[in-house]
Amino acid sequence: MLPLLKFLFRRFMWMILTVWIVYTIAFFLSRAVEGDPFAGERAMSAEVKRYKMERYGYDKPLVSQYARSLWLMTTQLDLHESRKLNEIPVTQLIAEGFPVSASLGIFALVFALALGTVAGVISAVYRYSFLDFSFMTAATLGIAVPNFVLASIAIMLFVFWIPIFPAGGWGTLRQLVLPALCLGAPFAAYIARLTRTGMMEVLNQDYIRTAYAKGLGDRRVVLRHALRGAILPVVSYLGPATAGILTGSLVLERIFFIPGMGSHFIEAALQRDFPVALGMVMVYTMLLFVANAIVDLSYVVIDPRVRLE
Amino acid sequence: MEQPSFPETPAAVAGASAKQHYDRLLTEAASIRGVSLWQDAWKRLRRNWSAMLSLYFLIALGMLAFFTPLLPLQSPIKQNLRDASAENPSQSQDRQFAPPSWQPVSLGLTQYREKLAQLNADLAQASTAERKALEDQLERYENDNPIREMASNPGVLTSAMISARIAIFGDFCLPSLMGTDNLGRDVMARIFWGSRVSIIVALVAAFVSLVIGVTYGAISGYLGGWIDNLMMRFVDILYSIPFIFVVIFIITILSDEKVKPALDRYGINQIIILYVLIGAIYWLTMARVVRGQVISLKTEQYIEAARTIGASSGRIVFRHLIPNVLGVVIVYLTLTIPAVMLFEAFLSFLGLGVTPPDVSWGILVNEGVQAITPIKVYWWLVLFPGLVFSLTLFALNFLGDGLRDALDPRLKNK
Repeated sequence: MLPLLKFLFRRFMWMILTVWIVYTIAFFLSRAVEGDPFAGERAMSAEVKRYKMERYGYDKPLVSQYARSLWLMTTQLDLHESRKLNEIPVTQLIAEGFPVSASLGIFALVFALALGTVAGVISAVYRYSFLDFSFMTAATLGIAVPNFVLASIAIMLFVFWIPIFPAGGWGTLRQLVLPALCLGAPFAAYIARLTRTGMMEVLNQDYIRTAYAKGLGDRRVVLRHALRGAILPVVSYLGPATAGILTGSLVLERIFFIPGMGSHFIEAALQRDFPVALGMVMVYTMLLFVANAIVDLSYVVIDPRVRLE
Repeated sequence: MEQPSFPETPAAVAGASAKQHYDRLLTEAASIRGVSLWQDAWKRLRRNWSAMLSLYFLIALGMLAFFTPLLPLQSPIKQNLRDASAENPSQSQDRQFAPPSWQPVSLGLTQYREKLAQLNADLAQASTAERKALEDQLERYENDNPIREMASNPGVLTSAMISARIAIFGDFCLPSLMGTDNLGRDVMARIFWGSRVSIIVALVAAFVSLVIGVTYGAISGYLGGWIDNLMMRFVDILYSIPFIFVVIFIITILSDEKVKPALDRYGINQIIILYVLIGAIYWLTMARVVRGQVISLKTEQYIEAARTIGASSGRIVFRHLIPNVLGVVIVYLTLTIPAVMLFEAFLSFLGLGVTPPDVSWGILVNEGVQAITPIKVYWWLVLFPGLVFSLTLFALNFLGDGLRDALDPRLKNK
């Protein structure tokens, strides 16, 4: 138990450090640019402006602004308000967008894992068969075609040509399926290739022959003995895959009009809404850290030889 | 290295003088050519048909992109809602969202020249009162010059190529084989011109990442010790930052109204920012790989051997160190280029990368997606740019894999 706690603690400290560095750089960069934060808005009287400056603390020196904003963030989880969206707090935007993006991402990841491992195992077991060939061709295609091209073509095919899915929006399961499939497809393709290579290696090993020799059936050998050894590269790929899915969700949320964090982030970037963009960057950094920690932990569960550092 | 064969043992040539024998051996040795690392790799690469096919495809693509101004294409930027160049103006058709067709179109150069001559003739005869209005008209009309509408802000070389193209093909241009977009612009011409931007961004950004990565990795590996430790720790931290989001944030800041004029003054535009930013985030893997290679090379025995037989340090660096690092660097470079290209397209797709009137493949796909409506699906706007882009990424990935297998056979299937 102690190594686990130590591991989690160390990861947590790294995360805090990284987020702090990102925050500090971004804070000073955006303040260096901004000058007058209200210049872009409607003309306001001097009193109103002074009131607003005071309210947001812009009248104070930069360092004390930084200290105050860091204090607000750590103690009250206050990430300031959006500049463009009617002063909605950034935390509220994140709270609204996060569940949407999370369900999209998790659905995509589960789909990628399920399809990828099944296709990979089938390809490895029936190697050099027609099925293997077609799976691997599809996988090569899936890796090369960028997800936004895939999504555009999928919309033309499955929304307009054969109307089985709605064009976009959020709320029902049917609206979730197509974006999640498009988001997960490249990762499914990569996982399929990794699983196939891993399985091919493992299936030639002695302990598999032993398992057959003691009379186990095909299914049990493949699923219980071989898969466990072959899945390790897939598990270590899950870290980069999570990062990729976070990135991909930016595009897919825009194509499918999904009101998730990605849409808010891109909108904020296009509108130069710095507080929102900065808040989102920090959330994404933390998400990546959490995902990587989970991947490293699951590695230990699957392979008993691996120990936490 | 092939072992030189000795057809005659010393015993067999006992009769001949020793000098003759050694002379013959020397001429024979001179006739045998050692196989260099590159020849060896090239031989292996040639046997890999998918990599070779990709290589040919990429060479063809590169040539087409470079010579795009020479090709008889329509204008990629001229907004052409009505086909003014049709033989008979009353038959002119709507060029907006025209599906792919073989219907001939022309640049409208002949009409332009006729009209220009007409206007000039009018001007010559005009009274002083009419003169001003006619001059204005002439000036405005000169902006409609089809030659000028071939490219926005062409460089010297591009302008020269456009002139050459006009000299060769005259008024002729290819029909809209891939349809036209919402502003009546030819999709094929836009794909060709877009390829130039996409390829240049990918190459330059990959080169920036190469320079940073190789320098960083080489220094870290060469110095070793606590400096190496510190430098690699820093890379580890950078690895755990979701860089794409940070880059988008920085682009947001740099394209702010207040920063942009200042950057413009130094000649820094959106594309240069892209080069540097993309290059600055893709060097991490390169740095790790080069560092590993340098560390293992430092203690390699053949380096020691070369030193003991008296090779100069220049020879060691250029004959032994650089070729060994270069192989890995080339492999990672070919794998970085598609990643960079994809990232540029991704940013342009989101509206944060290349900005109009410049075209890139990401912008083209985005325009295709924007044009999707329930009323009509303009499939050609998505399919053709997407196809060209995917094929290019495909070829680059295949070539990268092939090069890795060819340059470092030990890595094969890993």
